[in-house]
Amino acid sequence: MIQVLFFAQVRELLGTAKTEVNAEGIATTEQLRAALAATDDKWAKVLTSDKLLVAVNQTMSQWDTAIKAGDEVAFFPPVTGG
Amino acid sequence: MNDMANTNQAKVIVQTADFDVANEYSLLANDNSDGAVVNFVGKVRDFNDGSVVTDLTLEHYPGMTESVLNQLAQQAYERWPLNKVTIIHRVGTMALGEQIVFIGVTSAHRKAAFAACEFLIDFLKTKAPFWKLEAGDDGDKWVEARDSDEQAAKMWQK
Repeated sequence: MIQVLFFAQVRELLGTAKTEVNAEGIATTEQLRAALAATDDKWAKVLTSDKLLVAVNQTMSQWDTAIKAGDEVAFFPPVTGG
Repeated sequence: MNDMANTNQAKVIVQTADFDVANEYSLLANDNSDGAVVNFVGKVRDFNDGSVVTDLTLEHYPGMTESVLNQLAQQAYERWPLNKVTIIHRVGTMALGEQIVFIGVTSAHRKAAFAACEFLIDFLKTKAPFWKLEAGDDGDKWVEARDSDEQAAKMWQK
């Protein structure tokens, strides 16, 4: 399984902070995003935002970053700390 | 003084509690090889993008946030002859006027300390996974990332 985390508006709009996805057939962050976006219209809208960022195992990543079972993948909006 | 730069360890803390600037300053300022101590404190402001703000809630990504802040401190150590670096960032809900973030940097000379402190806050704002939710007259609103912050961080690229 791939552990998936959501933060800030993404967490709030989806109504959940985490989920698990079977890693079978998912090789990149983009494929994971597409699998999650297929859940329903709401998930599709939130997860296809062009501002969405992705981190793999707590490191900022790209949409072609390779992922596998056991990885932690987080989706979140642009950061606004400080 | 900086032959040991890469072995320097920054103090990085993410906490809900407030921090005491005088205490952090005294911890930073106790080494007589340093001639310069630069501190930055970020606070909750009453206005943002034309809306009244009454309080602010900071969310973070436990683990990744601390790791990114440590990486930023290491980049600062590689770039300038620094001695001490302290980064404290609060999370949770903060009222108007409360302190959000503390950055403290020490060096033999002021230029390195000023530059590293500004570099750290510019990069923290654009790289560290924190998100602000503002409460105000218009209800709760997630703060939008600013292009001006992104531009400020880009200025440091060599």
